[in-house]
Amino acid sequence: MGSAVEARDLRKTFKGGVTALDGVSFAVETGSVFGLLGPNGAGKTTAVRILTTILRPDSGSGRVLGHDVVKEAAAVRASIGLAGQYAAVDENLTGRENLRMIGQLSHLKRRAASLRADELLERFELSDAANRPLKTYSGGMRRRIDLAAALVDQPPVLFLDEPTTGLDPYSRIALWGVIEALVGEGTTVLLTTQYLEEADRLADRLVVVDHGRVIAEGTSSELKSRLGATVLDLEMGDAERAARARAVLERRFGDAPVVRGSVVAVPLDEGPRLVMDALSVLDSAELVPLTLAVREPSLDDVFLALTGHGASEENEGAEVVA
Amino acid sequence: MSGASAGAPMIVARAVREGRATMTPWRALVDIAVIAERTLIGYTRIPEALFFSSVQPVMFVVLFRYVFGGAIATKAPGGYVNFLMPGIFVQTVAFGAVATSIGLAEDLQKGIIERFRSLPMARSGVLAGRTIADLCRNIVVVAIITGVGYAVGFRVLTNVGGYFAGILLLLLFAYALSWGFAVIGLSAPNSETAQVMSFPLLFPLTFASNAFVPVQFMPGWLRGFATYQPVSQTVAAVRALMLGGVTADHVVQTVIWCFSILVVLAPLAVWRYRTRA
Repeated sequence: MGSAVEARDLRKTFKGGVTALDGVSFAVETGSVFGLLGPNGAGKTTAVRILTTILRPDSGSGRVLGHDVVKEAAAVRASIGLAGQYAAVDENLTGRENLRMIGQLSHLKRRAASLRADELLERFELSDAANRPLKTYSGGMRRRIDLAAALVDQPPVLFLDEPTTGLDPYSRIALWGVIEALVGEGTTVLLTTQYLEEADRLADRLVVVDHGRVIAEGTSSELKSRLGATVLDLEMGDAERAARARAVLERRFGDAPVVRGSVVAVPLDEGPRLVMDALSVLDSAELVPLTLAVREPSLDDVFLALTGHGASEENEGAEVVA
Repeated sequence: MSGASAGAPMIVARAVREGRATMTPWRALVDIAVIAERTLIGYTRIPEALFFSSVQPVMFVVLFRYVFGGAIATKAPGGYVNFLMPGIFVQTVAFGAVATSIGLAEDLQKGIIERFRSLPMARSGVLAGRTIADLCRNIVVVAIITGVGYAVGFRVLTNVGGYFAGILLLLLFAYALSWGFAVIGLSAPNSETAQVMSFPLLFPLTFASNAFVPVQFMPGWLRGFATYQPVSQTVAAVRALMLGGVTADHVVQTVIWCFSILVVLAPLAVWRYRTRA
């Protein structure tokens, strides 16, 4: 199987000099789920907008099923579905009217568009709300109708731009189930997300993007193994003590421990043994933590490990001591 | 949300799919109709907006007919109300064109235009569909204003043909203006700004005109603009068609204005639509 989606050295700078993409390349294997993982402003949405023909790149190229996204935009549009934070639906129309409209604009016959709309409403458990204007939908229902809108023409390639951002945990898990079912049917999915958990659950492969560049690529377990399966957080009380604790721990653990504010985070790839080691090292240096917690690694940890800065602390650089 | 199959995606053969990507004139027309329908449904879903957008011209009728009208001297046959109503017609459709700019700005803001851009639809569909929907809305509004006009004493002095010719010209002007205001809607950062950006254009056009007062009482420097600008030409043409008088010259001027606006601003609107990031 070849690549369903290909991005080659994509660059895009917006008016005002903001560089959204600074040479991004990746390839999505046909039938797989590919994740673009990164914080807000990393360039994920810009990449999706270019690959879905909404935006032209300044340089570089994109291909979807072999079609160039600039030169063969019409063929690309006929092969893709797009759902996400920016590609919206019409608030004044009902769920059924929205899906029918998308169907007709995808050049299905009127009747076929109606049938397809009803089919999707049922599949996404929106039949009861089919004749209500979208204004009355909840956040979770909105995302479902949005995803349904992307599926009207049964596209072989699906782009999901932060499909679950802002959703409650229940709706998020339900939506993951829907996406997994689609993948089971053979759809190629490119999804962007800020959540490591989401990428971990859905994506076969992923790239981590930051400031418009790819900073890491691999399967999610490959990425996580760089940080260890779990993380030990040691609250040291203040930044000065945290820095000293890190210096002490460095001798035992190499450069893996990172400091965030007054907390030292230590990846735990050797399990409980390591917790005991960490505590005894600190004990002998008379640096007793105030509290400690063991947790799953977050996107922040990935970012700290890969870039030395946090994912969500861009504007609070002073807090990050790398 | 069951995982039940909604049809494997690959069943739509690649050839069929790419065939659907080919644009034909018929498909472009379907796209325009679908967008027009969607816009009109949207209008009916917010009846308050429709109601209050027709209250405003009614208030202008009452204001000028009963408050200012007595102080304005005209030689119009049948008195000031007959002078006024053609002006009200044109002012109403001119103000109505703001709806095009607000609607497009809102579509951009809400992201639905991003969706349209990712679909294999005609590039012209969104703008043509919206302006045609606004034309339909104008037909309704013009009918209402005609009724209100009759209630306050307005009478067509020519004949039914004259009235409909006047309305036709009015709608042509309204359609051209819609494209002009589409440029504003596609340039504004949001719908509120689109509205605010529209007014500095609308006020001079509608008030520095012959819509409410004869231009001969204006100072010389203003009179030239007030005589030849598009709103005044349209008002003069509609007046002549409905009340009688020299017609051809104003009608020709109006048609020239409308086509000039369309030729210059419609491509600009399409360009804005295509390039707006």
